[in-house]
Amino acid sequence: MAKVLILFAHPALEKSRINKRLISAAENVDNVTINDLYEAYPDFDIDIKREQKLLTDHDLIILHYPFYWYSTPAILKQWEDLVLEHGWAYGSKGKALVGRKVILVITTGGSAMAYQKESFNKHTIHEFLVPLEQSFKLCGMKYLPPFLVQGTHKLENQEIEIYTEQYSRLLKNLAEDKYDYNEMMKHTIANELL
Amino acid sequence: MHHDSFFFQALVYLTAAVVSVPIAKRIGLGSVLGYLIAGVIIGPAVLGLIGEGGQDIMHFAEFGVVMMLFVIGLELEPSLLWKMRTSILGLGGMQVLVTSVIVAVAAMIIGVPWQASVALGLTLSLSSTAIVLQTMNEKGLMKTVSGQSSFAVLLFQDIAVIPMLAIFPLLATQAVAASDGHTTLVGSLPGWAQTLAVLAAVASIVIGGKYLMRPVFRFIAQTRLLEIFTAAALLLVIAIAVLMTQVGLSPALGTFLAGVVLANSEYRHELISDIEPFKGLLLGLFFISVGASINFNLILESPLIIAGLVVALMVVKGLVLFSLGKFFKISIDQNLIFSVSLAQSGEFAFVLFSFAAQNSIIGTNIINVMVAVVALSMVMTPIVIVITGKLILPRFGTRETDERESDKIEEENPVIIAGFDKFGNIVGRLLKANGIGTTVLDFDSDRVEILRKLGLKVYYGDASRHDLLHAAGAEKAKLIIIAFDNAEKNIALVETIKKHFPHLKILVRAIDRPDAYELLNTGINDVYRDTIDVSLRMGIDAMRMLGYRAHRAHRAAKTFLKHDESALRELSAMREDRKEYLSAARQYIAELEELIQSDDADPELERDAGWDVDSLREDVIKSGIK
Repeated sequence: MAKVLILFAHPALEKSRINKRLISAAENVDNVTINDLYEAYPDFDIDIKREQKLLTDHDLIILHYPFYWYSTPAILKQWEDLVLEHGWAYGSKGKALVGRKVILVITTGGSAMAYQKESFNKHTIHEFLVPLEQSFKLCGMKYLPPFLVQGTHKLENQEIEIYTEQYSRLLKNLAEDKYDYNEMMKHTIANELL
Repeated sequence: MHHDSFFFQALVYLTAAVVSVPIAKRIGLGSVLGYLIAGVIIGPAVLGLIGEGGQDIMHFAEFGVVMMLFVIGLELEPSLLWKMRTSILGLGGMQVLVTSVIVAVAAMIIGVPWQASVALGLTLSLSSTAIVLQTMNEKGLMKTVSGQSSFAVLLFQDIAVIPMLAIFPLLATQAVAASDGHTTLVGSLPGWAQTLAVLAAVASIVIGGKYLMRPVFRFIAQTRLLEIFTAAALLLVIAIAVLMTQVGLSPALGTFLAGVVLANSEYRHELISDIEPFKGLLLGLFFISVGASINFNLILESPLIIAGLVVALMVVKGLVLFSLGKFFKISIDQNLIFSVSLAQSGEFAFVLFSFAAQNSIIGTNIINVMVAVVALSMVMTPIVIVITGKLILPRFGTRETDERESDKIEEENPVIIAGFDKFGNIVGRLLKANGIGTTVLDFDSDRVEILRKLGLKVYYGDASRHDLLHAAGAEKAKLIIIAFDNAEKNIALVETIKKHFPHLKILVRAIDRPDAYELLNTGINDVYRDTIDVSLRMGIDAMRMLGYRAHRAHRAAKTFLKHDESALRELSAMREDRKEYLSAARQYIAELEELIQSDDADPELERDAGWDVDSLREDVIKSGIK
C-alpha cells in the first residue's frame, strides 16, 4: 500500500467542467488524501508546516491542476516557493522528500496533437513541464510520467466519463502499489498504463 | 476701574504678554525675552501701569519655577537621574564653588567686606532655572549635551540654595532679628528633630508618590471629571510646596522629587499637561515682574558701572562654565551653548539678596545695584543665546539642533495610538509584535490600569488636548492612529492634529457610514469603518457554509470591499446635495444587488474572467483547431 496525496489547484472550480468531475471521482478512492489548495488558502497564506507534514505523511504526491499559460495556476507556484524550503526539501540538509514519487495530473485545452514540435504550441507537453520535473528531481523525488486529459474544450460528456474512470483506476492502482517503477518509467505518459 | 483691582492687573499683564510674546517669538527672540520686554514696558520705567505690587507678584510667580521642576521631574525617570549623578555633582558642584570663589575674591579686591563678598559670590554663582530651561526647551535643546549639562548644573544649584540659606546667618555682621519672616513649623524644634522632620517629609513624598498617588489618581480619573483631575494635580504640587516650606526645604526641590517618583506612572502625561499651562503662565508672570522690577533710575545714574558689572558677571560665569565644560569633555559647540546659557544670575539671587538684606550681610546700596545687575543679566541671556546660535555656532559648522542624544526623557515612538479599546488594541498589538514602538493614550482609567499590569506602555489622558499629545511625543512621531469608539471625539482629534501637528499621518476609525463621510470630507483619506472587514469575513464564511468555494467567496468579498470603498468616497463628495445623495444611494444599492446577484452580468464587475474558458471553448469549437 502507498499513501497518495493529491495537491489540487483550481481557482474557479465552480466554472469547471472536467476537473470538477475528476476530483470528485478521486474523493472516493481509499488511501488518497485530497489537499484542495484554493479552498484551504483562499488568501494565498499557505500553512507551510501543514503542507510539509502532508508531504512527509505520504509516499506519492500528485499535482493535479488545469494547464494555465503552459504552467500551473498561481497558488501552485506560491506553494512551491514556500513549501519546498531550502534545508528541508533540497540543499545539503534538505532530504525530507528523497525517494518519494511524484505524478502530474494535468488538463489542457489544447489536444495532444497541438503539443507537438511542428504544431500549434511548438513544444511537447514534456518540454513545458521541465521546470516542475527538475524541481522535484532536485528534491530527490522520483518523477513519474504525467496523466494527461487533453483537448478539454471539445470533450463530450462520454469522453469525460472515460477519463474520470481512468483517473479513478490510476489512483486505486497507485494506492495499492500495483505498478512496478521501472515498468512505469518506460512510458511517456501514465495514461498508457491503463 | 481702580488701578489696584485684580481685573485691571490681570488686564495689564495679559495684554502685555499677549502683545509682546508672539512678536518676540516671531522675530526669533524667544518667549522669555518677550515677557521681560513686556515687563519693562508696563513697569515703572515706561508706562508705570504696575507699581509696588510688582514685587508681590514676583514672589507669587516664583511658584512657576516650582511647577516647572515638577514637570521636569515627571519627564525624568529615576534611572536617568542616577546616570546624571556625575554631571550633577561634578559639573554643578565645581561650577558653584569656582564661581563663588572668583566673585568673592573680586569683591574683596574692590573693598567689599569679606562676609558680604562671600554672600555675593554664593548668590551670583546661581543661574536662572526659569530662563535657561524655558529658553532651551523652546529651542529644542533639552536633549542635547548642552541641555543635559545645563540641567545638571541647575539641579545642583537648586539643592545648593538650602545650605546657602543656612550659611547666611553665620555671615551676619550684626545680631539677627529673632523673626526673619521664615518661620516654619519645625523652626522651634531642636536640631535633631528638625533633621528628622526633613527626612520624614522627603520619605513621605517618595513613599506617597510611589504607593498612594496612583490609586488616588485612579479613583479621581474614574469620575471622568477633567477639572477635578487638574485640581488634584495642582493640589499635589501646592501641598508638597507647603510641606517643604514647613520643614525648611526648597519647594522646587520637593516637587521635583515628587515628579521623579511619578515619572513612571501612567498619569505622567496627564499630569504634565495639566500643570503645563499653569506653569507657563506663572513663569511668564515671573519674567514680566523681573522686567518690571528693573530700576532704570539706578541704571541711568551710573550706566557704565552697571553695564560693566553685567558684562563682568556674565564673562566670569561664562568662562568658568566653559572651562568646566572643556574639563568634562563637552564638544566645543555644545560647550558654547552651555556656558552662554548659564552665564546669568537667577531668581534665587532675589531671594538670597532679600535674605542677606534682612540679615544685614550686604549693604543696601550694593544690593540695589546687584539686583539691577542680576535682572539685566537675565534679560541679556536670551539675547546672547540668540546671538550665539545665529552668529557664532555656524562658524563651528554645527547647527544648534544637531547632535541629539537618544535619552528617553519623553516617549519618542513613531506611532501614537489614541484610544485602546478592542479596535485600537489590535492595531497596537500588531505593531508591537513587529517591533514598532507605540505610545498609547486612553481615557479609560480601568483599562489603562489593566494594560499597564500587562507590561504595556499605556498612558491615561484625553488625547484631544494638544498639550497631552505634545507630551506623548507628537512632534517626533510619524503617524497617529485615532481609534476611540466615539465619532465626535475622533473628528475633534483629527482637527486638533491637523492644526497643531500637521506633519503627522492620520489613520482614523469611523464608527458608521455618516461618520466616515464626515471624516472623508475633512480631507482624511485613511478612514477605517468599524465593522466592514469583520462583516465581510463573516459573509465569506457564510458563503462557504452554503457550499461556495473558499477562493470564490474570498474574491467576492474583495470585489465587494473595493466597490463599497469607492462608492463611499463618491457619496461623501456628493453629500452636500441631499437630493443627489439620495438618488446616488439608491443607485449604490442597485449596483450592489447587481454585483451580488450575478457574477457575469456586467463585464466590469467580472474580475476573474481569466479563469473562465467559455469564450475560449466557443472559439476553439468554431475555428476547428485540432
